[in-house]
Amino acid sequence: MRRLFLSLSLLTAALLAGFLACNTNDPEAARPPAKFGLDFSNVVGTQPLQLGTVAYKNASGESFTPTNFNYFVSNIRLIRTDGSAYVVPQDSSYFLIRQTDPATQKITLNNVPEGSYKAVSFVLGVDSLRSTADISKRTGALDPAVDHTGANGMYWSWNSGYIFMKLEGTSPSAPRDATGRGNFRYHIGYFGGRDTKTINNLKTITVSFGADVAQVDPFRQPAVQIQADVLTIFDGTTPISIKAYPEVMISPFSATVAKNYAGMFSYKGLKTAVTD
Amino acid sequence: MKQLQLIGFLLSAALFGVVASCQSGGSEVVTPAPVPGKPDMKPPVVYQTTPYPWKKPTNFPDPVYNFANNPLTLEGVALGRTLFYDDMLSVNGTVSCAFCHQQPAAFAHPDHALSHGVNDKIGTRNNLGLQNLAFYKNFFWDGGVADLDLLPIAPIENPVEMAHSMPNLLNAVRQSAKYRPLFQSAFGSDSVTTARFLKSLSQFMLTMVSANSRYDKHARKEAGGQLTSDELAGLNLFQQKCSSCHAGELFTDQSFRNNGLSRVLNQDVGRYGITLRTEDKFKFKVPSLRNVARTPPYMHDGRFWTLNDVLNHYTTMQEVPELDPVLRQNGKPGVLLTDPEKQQIIAFLNTLTDTAYIADRQFSAPN
Ligand code: HEC
Ligand code: HEC
Repeated sequence: MRRLFLSLSLLTAALLAGFLACNTNDPEAARPPAKFGLDFSNVVGTQPLQLGTVAYKNASGESFTPTNFNYFVSNIRLIRTDGSAYVVPQDSSYFLIRQTDPATQKITLNNVPEGSYKAVSFVLGVDSLRSTADISKRTGALDPAVDHTGANGMYWSWNSGYIFMKLEGTSPSAPRDATGRGNFRYHIGYFGGRDTKTINNLKTITVSFGADVAQVDPFRQPAVQIQADVLTIFDGTTPISIKAYPEVMISPFSATVAKNYAGMFSYKGLKTAVTD
Repeated sequence: MKQLQLIGFLLSAALFGVVASCQSGGSEVVTPAPVPGKPDMKPPVVYQTTPYPWKKPTNFPDPVYNFANNPLTLEGVALGRTLFYDDMLSVNGTVSCAFCHQQPAAFAHPDHALSHGVNDKIGTRNNLGLQNLAFYKNFFWDGGVADLDLLPIAPIENPVEMAHSMPNLLNAVRQSAKYRPLFQSAFGSDSVTTARFLKSLSQFMLTMVSANSRYDKHARKEAGGQLTSDELAGLNLFQQKCSSCHAGELFTDQSFRNNGLSRVLNQDVGRYGITLRTEDKFKFKVPSLRNVARTPPYMHDGRFWTLNDVLNHYTTMQEVPELDPVLRQNGKPGVLLTDPEKQQIIAFLNTLTDTAYIADRQFSAPN
């Protein structure tokens, strides 16, 4: 009887301790996790990008109508005003931006530490580690089992490589196909090679918020507005003419295209959603 | 006394409840993955796999494939085998992997110089026999794919091979009554993911080990390993003239080289198409010569129909700029061999045929 009493009181004490442990954790758990948005808008010079309907002009004076535009954004880091960075966890840091799907153009980062941020950096493409990772680590946007012939095909099965940037369209400056249409296609990949060193077209891009500071807390959700200008692909560091390069995929010239598109992003402002 | 016991029990139950709710608060509930070999706790699924006893032949190097990421099970291998032999992997249900990779030809495509796929479409390269894939660093004539798990996507999506689309194929497999129990028993649930589909094909292909030719028995000093004097002379010549490239027990050093094939009719750039390095132009993977007597025609474009033609090529080749230095000794392209020596090398190459492999029921069509 005595012993039973003792064990009962011990149990009660343990029970109480359990409640207390729970309680001390509670205030933390009550504060909702903070979020951060990256909104991409694709443009051609001063006009919004429209697929298949509008003819734009590049600096070589060539008229072109984009029909498809996709790119991978990965390895995102948010840079604090003190220069330190929040690195988004690897497994939630791969996004495929597709012009045909507006939902993909708005990235939401969850569980972002509260603080003040002045810039964002990301890799345009899929880094070499993930490009050679086990198939079980390639889910979502990285799943190689997508229709390769369709607009979303961003994977070369015969060399196991991701396409980082895909721009396709029509142009009177491109050679005519059987239907009389002139097609141009830029599929840019190459992460630097597995055993053998190859071209490395991975580009790290930093978008600074200028004088703006993105304040992140559970009640303010900033979304940085990033613009990608398709024109830069033709008119960047090295001007590229569609007539001279109607198709760029597996060629050393892909490095020139990549150098150009590395400059296509610019900061357009911050939008902050306030809740309480 | 009984009552007190009851109170004690109730209290401990309450305590357990508190601790449990405390743990799940805020974070996700994590369902543990089923442990292979242990029955899943969730009824009604009882899931039990049996490890496949994969063994490295004693005369072989260590495998390259990372088995830790894909432990072989009898159930996984059985699923992969069924997929390998299934026509539904092609867009119109006419071509399976095994259509082009036939067991009697050591899983090459006999009598086809170039790949032959759906709707009689012809590819640009000769087929490769399949064996000892666990030991290769890369695949295809140009080494374009370096991970066996990713390989099947290439033939499945190639418009001149199976011409399918992976999402459509995976959906068809999901819908198939035949595959649901096979995925269930291999992976513990019938969900068909890219990774499961590909890894089961790998599992089957990894079991395809060919190491029981007469040459192997000779190398391991086993019964049945006698070589004739011609075969032994051929082995000796082979080691002098051929084995710097067709090296070791795999009969390939897995490098990319040019062996002096004329380019008059074929401008395939080979390895360059993958690496874009000038020095890789017109180089191809040194193929394994295991079961080579079973896999005519030969070379990446199937230009030679007999081993005689191959040996004649090695002795009569003309200069090409990319020719491997090993084949340009004494300042002249080619290998010095008399006709009887060529016949001895061919006699030796014939000892690399593994008749047990070619007849092994575990690699043939299921049922
Ligand atoms: C239309 C004929 C065809 C079909 C169908 C086909 N293959 Fe192949 N396979 C080939 C050819 C041709 C090659 C060599 C291609 C090259 O190297 O460019 C090859 C090469 C391979 C290799 C590389 C071997 C090595 O040593 O490098 C593997 C593995 C393979 N195939 C597996 C498969 C699997 C699995 C399937 C079914 C999903 C399949 N194949 C379907 C024709 C085919
Ligand atoms: C310099 C390296 C090198 C040497 C030495 C060499 N080979 Fe080859 N061998 C190759 C390469 C590379 C290929 C594939 C070439 C291609 O298809 O473009 C090949 C292909 C072959 C093939 C065709 C295999 C198939 O499945 O299509 C045979 C048979 C062969 N070699 C036998 C020999 C013999 C016998 C010798 C010695 C007399 C020899 N090789 C010496 C590099 C070499």
